[in-house]
Amino acid sequence: MSGCPDCTRCGPLPLPSPGKDEYVVALAGNANVGKSATFNQLTGVDQEIGNWPGKTVERAEGLLQYRGQRIRVIDLPGIYSITALSTEEQISREFIAHDHPDVVVNIVDASALERNLFFTLQLMELESPLILAVNQMDLAAQKGIVIDFARLAGLLGIPVIPTVAIQGKGIAELSDAIIGAVRSRLHPHLISYGKEVEDRISRVVKLLPDGAGGYPPRWTAIKLLEGDSDAVWEARKLAPDAVAAAGEFARELEKIHGEPAATVMSAERYHASERLVAEVMTIRPPGDNEVPLTERIDRIALHPVLGYILLALMIGGLLVWTFIIGAWISEILTAFLSGIAPLNPLIKGTAVDIVFNGAWTGLVAALTLIIPYVIPFYLILALIEDSGFLTRFSLMLDRGMHKMGLHGKAIIPLVLGFGCTVPACLSCRIIESPKQKFLAAFLVTLVPCSARTIVILGVVAAFVNIWWALALYLLDFVLIVILGRLAFRLLPGESVGMIMEMPDYHIPHIPGVIGQTWQRTRSLIGIVLPSYLIGSIVITAAYAMGFLEPINTALSPITVLLLGLPVMTGVVFVFGIIRKEMTILALAALFGTTVFSTVLSPVQLIVFALVTMLYVPCLSTILALAKEFGWKKALAISALETGLAIALGAVVFRVLSPFM
Amino acid sequence: MASEQLEEYLESILDIEEKHGVAKTSAIAKCLKVSPASVTEALQVLSEKGYVNYEPYRGATLTDQGLEMARKVKRRHRLLEVFLTDVLHISEENVHDEACKMEHTLSDETECALCKLLKAPARCPHGSLIEACDRDVESCSACLDETEPAASCSRDEPLIPVTSLDPGQKATIAFIRGDNSVIQRLTDLGLTLKTEIQLVRKAPLLGPVEIGVRRTRLAIDHAIADHIFVHACREKHG
Repeated sequence: MSGCPDCTRCGPLPLPSPGKDEYVVALAGNANVGKSATFNQLTGVDQEIGNWPGKTVERAEGLLQYRGQRIRVIDLPGIYSITALSTEEQISREFIAHDHPDVVVNIVDASALERNLFFTLQLMELESPLILAVNQMDLAAQKGIVIDFARLAGLLGIPVIPTVAIQGKGIAELSDAIIGAVRSRLHPHLISYGKEVEDRISRVVKLLPDGAGGYPPRWTAIKLLEGDSDAVWEARKLAPDAVAAAGEFARELEKIHGEPAATVMSAERYHASERLVAEVMTIRPPGDNEVPLTERIDRIALHPVLGYILLALMIGGLLVWTFIIGAWISEILTAFLSGIAPLNPLIKGTAVDIVFNGAWTGLVAALTLIIPYVIPFYLILALIEDSGFLTRFSLMLDRGMHKMGLHGKAIIPLVLGFGCTVPACLSCRIIESPKQKFLAAFLVTLVPCSARTIVILGVVAAFVNIWWALALYLLDFVLIVILGRLAFRLLPGESVGMIMEMPDYHIPHIPGVIGQTWQRTRSLIGIVLPSYLIGSIVITAAYAMGFLEPINTALSPITVLLLGLPVMTGVVFVFGIIRKEMTILALAALFGTTVFSTVLSPVQLIVFALVTMLYVPCLSTILALAKEFGWKKALAISALETGLAIALGAVVFRVLSPFM
Repeated sequence: MASEQLEEYLESILDIEEKHGVAKTSAIAKCLKVSPASVTEALQVLSEKGYVNYEPYRGATLTDQGLEMARKVKRRHRLLEVFLTDVLHISEENVHDEACKMEHTLSDETECALCKLLKAPARCPHGSLIEACDRDVESCSACLDETEPAASCSRDEPLIPVTSLDPGQKATIAFIRGDNSVIQRLTDLGLTLKTEIQLVRKAPLLGPVEIGVRRTRLAIDHAIADHIFVHACREKHG
């Protein structure tokens, strides 16, 4: 491995030297094989674990301290190939190829060895020191699968460690192997492909200059044959002959096989993988008439009628549970916290008073929202996820999602959106095409998150009636469908269909479920607490300094003339940009009462909740959107939704006023 | 019997058979707008030629030979419909009738050229699946990229799309239609040519199909699965 002096694209390379104080280990493998579980066992960091492919959307980092060595562990997103071009595959490929980790630990699913070794073979082409962790050995054993690890290690020329990561089995052996591998830096054996392919690879290798681009020559040759655009781009200047020859050979291969050269290469890898599996794996035939558990559950979960009933019950149950439990805990917490200090963000006094009051209000709002509503939601969601039901929802709803230009996988961010919009937006990365990813994120911002649900319940259900609250919910779903269809038509780009792995069901691992709930809640607190505190302090200060009156006046054409609301609501909507449920708090503080029906008419309450539900996504969401799609798109979504909220609010006000 | 008439009969028997299992004389007569007596007569001729199994009073079913012929005509019909709609912009109500007349005179060469021109479409304008061609190729790039017309050698056995398998039925992948990116995605997940797969189930309403391959299970969008053509294995499981 050598650095590349002429190229500065990847920055200085960490040159490995024995005995250096820190090593880098990357965990790579297919989606849903237990990488995150292995990562958690190695580093003690709580990485989310779920039973759906594509959960690690960005690489996670942790530290393994073992036998006096400090080892940085990087958990890469799950991918099936280094060839293809989704964001996740790009992240993994770039990290392994450019950042040169000291060891790559390839985690494979023991039950699906053939498909997993296909990826292992691609890692071996990259010639980085490799360890194979054969995970989920317990499930494989249940299926009667027996693997000869010593033989597999011999064939591949790399250490092979059986593990059950979720239970911590085999982790010590894996840690030992990592330490051993960073010191010895063994390279894997060469697994050769078919003769007609190997001949052409070696002829391209001969035309490549030494150390071109810092990649192994064989890897470059294979990528050139496959017509990989990045590899061709990089090699064009250094080795134009090799690029031309590879193009010619690729055409020959296409002629022989009648399929594209990249497909020929994939087929070669699969053949090699089949041969390996045939040598090392034996399967005890299952007993007669024994229907696997997964198949028995799927007969109900994927049934054309029962499946949809089950789905409706699960999602409905999740929401009802969240808000019954949530309201109960929230009440207790609010009572407890307001006993400590009164809540009033609109207070005048010394600077210290203002900052303290602002911070306290923000903290209370965060605690009374996140803990009561988000924790029960994430807890049940983690159970649904970990058991494997979420992928079945994707399958059942795929057809419906097509109407909005999306596919079944988009149900995952949309369901997450009922909890909090921010992590839901980030999870849109599991969708492959850029158009569909953006479309899904846009629709996620419209899903009533727990904050918006609190406003709808706290303003409309409490002071008008429950039916109007449900009507608002329904209107929101209708809007999601209509806007989804419109955006699908208007946005450029193509929609691609879903190809998704269906994991087996398993009984949720309770410590894992609790760990995941805590992890999600913690990261959410990390995102929202600062914005609560700072936002709350800023607004309290603005009020104390008399800035709120001009805002009210400036917004009065919208609030008073269009929406028929009191002039004071202008400031309330400004509060809501920070966190939507803060509108309730602000409303109470400004009117000096929590019984909103005494100060607002039923129509005003409905219009107020409707506008709050739809206008600008909260600040944290805008930041998340900007991070994922750029400021232009984030602001476009915000402007569009604000316009929509005002227009719909004005219409509802005029339609309902004569009747109520 | 003129070949045009023969093909029309086989086509309508295929349509009726797919819906009702067996094509009754009266149903064929209604479909082709001819008298039941002439249907009976025609079925006897078709039976002699080995295209149908005909039992008086019960109806007709296609033989393997008849099925192959009927599918070939259907494929041409649907390709022509795509051509008439997408390229010539013929009005919707005339497309079917025009295609009906043209389908009988199309040569293999023109059929192949049409398929290339239209970039191997998957479905006709009415949404019916277009059969795979009978050329001995394993992917469309073999046709689309070739400069000189390849010698026409045809497949030994007709192919069926994976979406036509019954749940539990096993098959081997023979041909993947479409552009390279689709083929690459499927190949990377283990759906390589000649691989044995099993259709696990089809989701309702043309939803995704679940396929068992290499000891894993994949849910694949119906429109993508339409591109995967297989040789069905004879025996059924489950």
